[in-house]
Amino acid sequence: MPNTLPASVDDTLDLLRRGNYVADRSLATALYLALKLRRPLFLEGEAGVGKTEIAKVLSATLGRRLLRLQCYEGLDVAAAVYEWNYARQMMEIRLAEASGDRDRDALAADLFSERFLIKRPLLQALEPDPAGAPVLLIDELDRTDEPFEAYLLEILSDFQVSIPEFGTVTAPEPPIVILTSNRTREIHDALKRRCFYHWVDYPNAERERAILAVKAPNADARLAAQVVGVVQSLRGMDLYKAPGVAETLDWAQALVELNQLELEPSVINDTLGTLLKYQDDIARIQGSEAARILAQVKTELAASAAR
Amino acid sequence: MQGGLAINLMHFARALRAAGLPVGPGKLLQAVEAVEAVGIGNRADFYWALHAVFVNRRDQREVFDQAFHVFWRNPDILKRMMGLMLPTIRTEASDRQDPLSRRVADALRGTAPEAEGPEKSEIEVDAAFTVSAQERLQEKDFEKMSAAEMAEAKRMLARIALPVAEVTTRRHRPDPLGPRVDPRATLRRMLRSGGDLADLARRSRRTRPPPLVVLCDISGSMTRYSRMLLHFMHAVSNDRDRVHSFVFGTRLTNITRHLRHKDVDVALDAVSAAVADWSGGTRIGTALHAFNRTWARRVLGQGAVVLLITDGLDRDAGEGLAVEAERLHKSCRRLVWLNPLLRWEGFAPKSSGIRALLPHVDDFRPVHNLNSLAGLADALNRDGPRRAESLRKWLKEAA
Repeated sequence: MPNTLPASVDDTLDLLRRGNYVADRSLATALYLALKLRRPLFLEGEAGVGKTEIAKVLSATLGRRLLRLQCYEGLDVAAAVYEWNYARQMMEIRLAEASGDRDRDALAADLFSERFLIKRPLLQALEPDPAGAPVLLIDELDRTDEPFEAYLLEILSDFQVSIPEFGTVTAPEPPIVILTSNRTREIHDALKRRCFYHWVDYPNAERERAILAVKAPNADARLAAQVVGVVQSLRGMDLYKAPGVAETLDWAQALVELNQLELEPSVINDTLGTLLKYQDDIARIQGSEAARILAQVKTELAASAAR
Repeated sequence: MQGGLAINLMHFARALRAAGLPVGPGKLLQAVEAVEAVGIGNRADFYWALHAVFVNRRDQREVFDQAFHVFWRNPDILKRMMGLMLPTIRTEASDRQDPLSRRVADALRGTAPEAEGPEKSEIEVDAAFTVSAQERLQEKDFEKMSAAEMAEAKRMLARIALPVAEVTTRRHRPDPLGPRVDPRATLRRMLRSGGDLADLARRSRRTRPPPLVVLCDISGSMTRYSRMLLHFMHAVSNDRDRVHSFVFGTRLTNITRHLRHKDVDVALDAVSAAVADWSGGTRIGTALHAFNRTWARRVLGQGAVVLLITDGLDRDAGEGLAVEAERLHKSCRRLVWLNPLLRWEGFAPKSSGIRALLPHVDDFRPVHNLNSLAGLADALNRDGPRRAESLRKWLKEAA
């Protein structure tokens, strides 16, 4: 039954798990409520904690179309919502002239019909779809500027777009909207008010091991436990950019490619670039610090195995 | 309407104007009409009728409220004016301990009828600031100002606009001489002429000022300056959008939201309530570290210009400062350091904090009087190289 929306929080957890996404209960609750009450879901969190992934998994497991709008500063209506196909319109004018058709009003009405409309993600999300309303992912909203945010208000509350030459397009069924933000600036309260908000945090050790088991099944269990242990202790340190889940997965994959069954200090030093992306951080961890962390992780794992 | 009430309303309006509300004769006529409409039987109705006329911004409510209660307490205006000079007036206003009430009381004092002599002279002292006095004030160090000069300087500060060289955005505006063709506008133009090719409509890119982040030192060595600088920060915050302000002594506090109050007294009160480490020691390295960790990604996102206001005298002797300054420098568009110590001719960049900071800033400027702040506006407004020429001299001296 791919196309029905989940009926409870547990259902939502199962749904995400079917898409290989290990969510914690708080996130599943927020998502369930957003789906149930048809509100956009606003996900904020550090880079690489799996915000974007949620939208992809939702569209895959629900069998809906995924429409992705990647935000950037200066994103405008022409790139996000719709644009007229000017070249075709010009041709149309020329053709009308050539055939001697000089009815101005009819020409104008025809020129601004759907044939000449180029639909961008936000407009496509409002169109009826036999498979059910699409999943609309508005990614990294914090990169846009305030004018675009203000424009989104209308779309997110009424799910309609006004095109001056064409009329108002209203969605028969509101799309499933996921907004993500890395918090490079604060999003305006008016926009947050229309959404359910969830701060996506780094997973705890147990959940991160579960994620590794699902996403990197070819990694040895002992290696996975050590990887998670090291990453967790790195996050506890005062680093400029703590490694996200995406980095954990990259690192595990890299270690598998290097045929490692167990972590060694030298291996950590060689592969630190998959985990930490700032030179200051790498310089701090490399060498003795990495060895210290690893030794600590290994003793902890041994202790928990003995229990 | 009875003449007495109309005259009282006029005095009230003048009091409000003196307290800084934009009240003109048109407003006064509206007020008279409003009072006629609601009558004067009910005090609350009377209050809200006047409120509806005189208040048109949220931050004016406080001033109006106090002025109203002080003014309409006693219906006999002459007695009330005499009462203003007695300490009794303080009792009603001062149980809230507001700086506003002082402003309102001052304003009410100014509404005394012509016969009230002694108060007038005081007003004249204020008005006696001639142009030359202003010029003297421009040059005067904040540290050496008297209270009256401080007040005048604050008034001048409030008028400082701080332009920062604008950056082009990806948005467009119609511009007949613009470099790009605007296809949508062109097509509509063509339709107007029935499909004949008309002139091409053009457009150019919009510009807007980049965000501004102000980091201000409020430690003991900066005491005389920090009050003035807060006024400056308030003026800048209310002059443009996307301004973030932080103060630091031994720890970092974000005061952006407090400074958003339009009324400078309310704003500075909110700031002093929020900040715990006034006039203590300085830990510049720690403060910058906190900024880099918690705030840099959130406020430097769109190519911000950073103003770092500090004398560079660091309790930790510049420890860990260089690393953090470098990180900050690399994550913003420009880092401008404003230092009040620069006012001395013999200033030499010898302290360890100053030497740790210098290599990582783009510009190094004084900030001890009104002229230096005005000069700062010019410095931020020019489209030059990222690093200022004057910095070489300082780096050579610090070496």
